[in-house]
Amino acid sequence: MQGMYETLLAALGAERVVPFSVGFAALVVVFALFAAIMGAVVALIMVLAERKISADIQERIGPNRVGPMGFFQTVADAVKLLTKENVLPRKADSILHYCAPTLVFTGGLLPVAAIAWSNGIVVADLNIGVLYVVGTASLGVIGRLMAGWASNNKWSLLGGMRAAGQMISYEIPNSIAILSVIVLAGTLNLQELSEAQKGGIHQWFVFRSPFAFVACLICLVSSLAEVNRTPFDLPEAESELVSGYHTEYSGIRWAIFMMSEYIGMVVVNAVAVALFFGGWNGGLPGEPLLGGWIWYLLKIAALMYCQVWVRFVLPRLRIDQLMSLCWKNLVPLGFLALLGASVQALLGPTGQHVMMVAAWLTFGGFVTLLFAAVLKTRHVPAQDGIPR
Amino acid sequence: MYLHFGAVLVFLLFSVAFVAIIYGISALFRPANPSAEKLTTYECGEIPFGGSWIQFNLRYYLIALVFLIFEVEVVFLYPWAVVLRTIGAFAFWEMIVFLAILLVGFAYVWRKGDLSWFTPSGSGHTDATFSGK
Repeated sequence: MQGMYETLLAALGAERVVPFSVGFAALVVVFALFAAIMGAVVALIMVLAERKISADIQERIGPNRVGPMGFFQTVADAVKLLTKENVLPRKADSILHYCAPTLVFTGGLLPVAAIAWSNGIVVADLNIGVLYVVGTASLGVIGRLMAGWASNNKWSLLGGMRAAGQMISYEIPNSIAILSVIVLAGTLNLQELSEAQKGGIHQWFVFRSPFAFVACLICLVSSLAEVNRTPFDLPEAESELVSGYHTEYSGIRWAIFMMSEYIGMVVVNAVAVALFFGGWNGGLPGEPLLGGWIWYLLKIAALMYCQVWVRFVLPRLRIDQLMSLCWKNLVPLGFLALLGASVQALLGPTGQHVMMVAAWLTFGGFVTLLFAAVLKTRHVPAQDGIPR
Repeated sequence: MYLHFGAVLVFLLFSVAFVAIIYGISALFRPANPSAEKLTTYECGEIPFGGSWIQFNLRYYLIALVFLIFEVEVVFLYPWAVVLRTIGAFAFWEMIVFLAILLVGFAYVWRKGDLSWFTPSGSGHTDATFSGK
């Protein structure tokens, strides 16, 4: 997709003024700045959305003082964080304490470069796109461990260890689940992955193979753990560890951690959308009604809503449950899904159609089970006579 | 293609610079009046005892070892997954053999109980052991 840069430079009239390499680098810096600012904006919106959704779930009103419907609450918070004193404990390692947020932020922003937002709109169109995203996203592990160690605080160190242990563990089922789609698509390029799912909702990988459907569930669960969100927020479990690896962080350095967490959420969901939910394709056959990037953002927003939803309805896991869920359930299940998907990849066209039917049946069965479980929990009689 | 890896490099440099600039902007506005109490390590308001170089659970190390093996395997699986359809059934059986060898190891670790946070002997119940004053 070298064309994108050349077209843009030609449109700006820059090709005669500066050499191509300079114009290219300048454009990438502009894209990176845009990505970082969008990251900040997403963080601002998500913090507000999260507080509003949690208020809704818990039957409260949520922030409603600053601006219309509390819309400027997080802007005010951001200004506060920017002007807040930076406390560096005397015993902390000042250099590593400074570097850790940078590393976490880098791990959040780097994967954004390879994400294909729409047909032809991608900053770095890498042939190893998915591998690159998974690899760079795990830079955050080092940053979090570094933050925990540099703070020289027991809570921080424990939080850092837990973050590292959890993130590396859940990387395995996540990678295997991603591979189940890669064997079907035969490419690691995020642009080509979206291209392969063109032509309507039945072409999305999640509905094309029962194994991809299982992989999708694994991927969604483990991506929650990758970004350290409830029910997997043990690294910053506030009732046990104060706030985990960022206990000793305040002001802007803490804000960088938070911003990276929200960028991380966008990244994991963007990858899940590109792999399982059709990327930038609309759900209907033929030309999409909206631009590709609108579809992409809508799907990411839907998945992010689910992540926030899960946060406020599920309790936190215990650490042994966390580890056994990963190694004893998700990893074996992931291998089975990968095995099935690789068999499916070798089948002919008839086999693919059978698999598509099987995928829809799996989907139907899953939804039925889900509804059955929900209905069952709704009719638990109150033990104490208090109406619920 | 190399051009796009160049974009990655620019992104890397940018994100390091971006955080530094944000820190700089913040430094212009924020107050700085440290005091001895403010700079102590936070331990819920108590006077901190002992160092923070605590003895943490050895399980973390075991998890890291198991992770390392699986991660190397996944790295091998990525190129395999891309070319599986071009090579065909041969590649499939090749990987089955590879996975089988690995899964024997996985079953061994599982059987040994190293995937559980709690062991029958009772060790490893907590995240860490604190040595007092």
